[in-house]
Amino acid sequence: MAQLTLDELRKKRKEAQKGIYLREGKYKSKIIVHMGTCGIAVGAREIVTAFLEEIEILTEKDVILTTSGCAGLCSMEPMATVELLNSPSVKYGNLTTDKARRIFKEHILGGNIVTDYAIGIGSEKGG
Amino acid sequence: MAVRRIELMLCTGTGCVAGGAFRISEALEKEIQKQGLEKEISVIITGCNGFCGHGPLMLVQPDGIFYGFLTPEDIPFLVQEHFLKGRPVKKLMFSPPEKKEPVPLLSEIPFFKKQLLIVLRNRGIIDPEKIDEYIARDGFTALEKVLTSMTPDDVINEITRSGLRGRGGAGFPTGTKWKICRAEQKMPKYIICNCDEGDPGAFMDRSVFESDPLSAMEGMIIGGYAIGASHGYIYARSEYPLAIKRMNLSISSAKDYGLMGKNILGTDFSFDLEIRQGSGAFVCGEETSLILSIEGRGPEPIQRPPFPAQSGIWGCPTVINNVETWATIPVIINRGADWFSKIGTETSKGTKIFSLVGKINNAGLIEVPMGITLKEIVYDIGGGIPDNKKFKAVQTGGPSGGCIPYSMIDIPIDFESLIEAGSMMGSGGMIVMDEDTCMVDVAKFFIQFTNDESCGKCTTCRDGSEALHKVLTDITNGDGKEVDLEFLEEVGNAIKDASACGLGTTLPNPVLSTLKYFRDEYEAHIKERRCPALVCKNLIKYYILPEKCTGCKLCLKNCPPGAIKGELKHIHIIDQSKCTKCGTCLDVCPPKVSAIIKVSGKEMENITGIEEPYPVKRKGGKNET
Ligand SMILES: Cc1cc2nc3c(=O)[nH]c(=O)nc-3n(C[C@H](O)[C@H](O)[C@H](O)COP(=O)(O)O)c2cc1C
Ligand code: SF4
Ligand code: SF4
Ligand code: FES
Repeated sequence: MAQLTLDELRKKRKEAQKGIYLREGKYKSKIIVHMGTCGIAVGAREIVTAFLEEIEILTEKDVILTTSGCAGLCSMEPMATVELLNSPSVKYGNLTTDKARRIFKEHILGGNIVTDYAIGIGSEKGG
Repeated sequence: MAVRRIELMLCTGTGCVAGGAFRISEALEKEIQKQGLEKEISVIITGCNGFCGHGPLMLVQPDGIFYGFLTPEDIPFLVQEHFLKGRPVKKLMFSPPEKKEPVPLLSEIPFFKKQLLIVLRNRGIIDPEKIDEYIARDGFTALEKVLTSMTPDDVINEITRSGLRGRGGAGFPTGTKWKICRAEQKMPKYIICNCDEGDPGAFMDRSVFESDPLSAMEGMIIGGYAIGASHGYIYARSEYPLAIKRMNLSISSAKDYGLMGKNILGTDFSFDLEIRQGSGAFVCGEETSLILSIEGRGPEPIQRPPFPAQSGIWGCPTVINNVETWATIPVIINRGADWFSKIGTETSKGTKIFSLVGKINNAGLIEVPMGITLKEIVYDIGGGIPDNKKFKAVQTGGPSGGCIPYSMIDIPIDFESLIEAGSMMGSGGMIVMDEDTCMVDVAKFFIQFTNDESCGKCTTCRDGSEALHKVLTDITNGDGKEVDLEFLEEVGNAIKDASACGLGTTLPNPVLSTLKYFRDEYEAHIKERRCPALVCKNLIKYYILPEKCTGCKLCLKNCPPGAIKGELKHIHIIDQSKCTKCGTCLDVCPPKVSAIIKVSGKEMENITGIEEPYPVKRKGGKNET
């Protein structure tokens, strides 16, 4: 490893911060994937993977992904709730990985609710 | 690094490792694999989280949920329930004794709420073996700032203005020490980090090096720049293998990055670090003695002045500071003296780490702002005394600190208040004592320790501590005389006045402070041959209450020397001539029966233990007498 210059150290810091962002409690949006037995049976885990892959390619890591139990609407699984800072949470149902990626781009990054898949707004504060 | 959705911050400080933390990490890895979650979840090994009494433990991020008292058997269920299905597991969370509902979030647990983390800013957040994680948490930004925009004098002024005082015991102003050293003409100069930590039960310094080794090292590099030194030593206790391993790793990775060694960050400032292991003697922690030990000579305190800042290692100007002092430096540089000096009291700025141990519900390592009251520490953070016992005293300042009684529980914790109370800050040991603690016995214990550790150079310290110990032993044995109390005070004060180093000048504190606040206990031992806390073996007897004994034979079977006479359904009798006062019988007698008691003083007179067992007579569940 070559010795770092000042600029290289600063660059390294920016890079390294991405590695620990989950621990600092600083994030702008949160995705909650419902992982009841019913959700898992119809593909909730693939939804998690799809979201994670989207987060992976972000340069500014400010999205976290968590899971919660069954949301009580088993017929709509797989489901996810999206919470942007200071706005009501939005629940999406009947997800596929493609739908998840679209929600990620349009709602999480773009700030626009994807009304096509939304099944409820501000109903539950999941988590 | 690939992103994860969950990070499990698993404590691998010494306490949790002793409790099996590595078995927990194995179990976690195994179950995570089994559930196919390895791309989603990672286990991060951290240093001591502070809540050692609840280990092995971990923090789940980003949720912030705390799990304690983990066993490998809990892990499969935990992984499936929480990490897969998203249902946090209540039974592994922290439950306050008085409430039924657990507290899921670490940030809501009272133990953590009143703490303020400056020195321990990265504890439980970074993997101490990865320099990148330290860097991510603003590591080396202070060094950057110093090297690019501050002169050595600027650095010293900033530290002086911050009001920082040494955390190793004496509380000497750090900036002043640096200034004295910088003014010396002689070269080279040296930096030392004192990580000898000889106080029994203390683990503040160990914890800093186990959880965030680079914070103290960055402080040392900055100190080197400020005084004009290019070489530093960390003097570490050899009993700290994990801390030393992490020091070594940190030094080599910092060197790889050019953050240590020649021409740091391309400037013309160079600084190297070396680790020296201590011999384990308590007096090695004293600065002049420590310096002799680094030079390869026998540790023995030498008269100051000259102070090490003027003449230290090999007669060269040397700044020696405690681990905590060093780890505070980068934060002061980053956030400024004004910010730092707003925390704490008029004369004691910033925060202090304490190891809170003894008769306390939440034992562990805490960092609190100076000026916090003893009450807040014991009750809010420490969660009070277990088993509803009465709080008696807190011993602060290590083996030569003093005992502060319950009546002074509102005392603010700062350098001056503690000295006024007859104790001291020391390096931050805090031992909580309840009603079952005998204060004479406590004084004897600490004098025994300092007497063993005296280097023997000063007559007052060596022979004086011996004399104190002998008298205290007499008193606890029931052979005390009334003149003893005056003698203890006289000798204590003489040792204080005439010893060369801090060990001698402080060692009478435990005696003098207990004499001041608990004189009645001394008097009971001497005048009534009574130990009020029922601790001193020569002054107590174990006795089986005939009206309660059911004749179950449990105590008889468990008594190591076979001192109990009895038969099934007969009142048992303790043969006092054989009893070694081990207390086993009291522990095994069923709580519902509680037939065994301890007595002291006058009550002992009629207990001889020469009668023979006789049958238990009872009607309607009650004994007839
Ligand atoms: C007997 C004795 C033992 C000491 N042990 C330690 C110790 O273990 N760690 C420590 O930092 N200072 C210890 N000190 C204090 C040091 O002499 C010295 O004051 C301190 O390291 C200076 O650093 P500071 O200004 O940052 O507190 C001890 C002092 C005495 C008299
Ligand atoms: S005071 Fe005690 S420990 Fe210190 S130099 Fe004198 S004899 Fe040694
Ligand atoms: S105190 Fe120990 S030795 Fe004495 S009677 Fe009880 S068990 Fe036996
Ligand atoms: S060692 Fe784990 S909390 Fe202290």
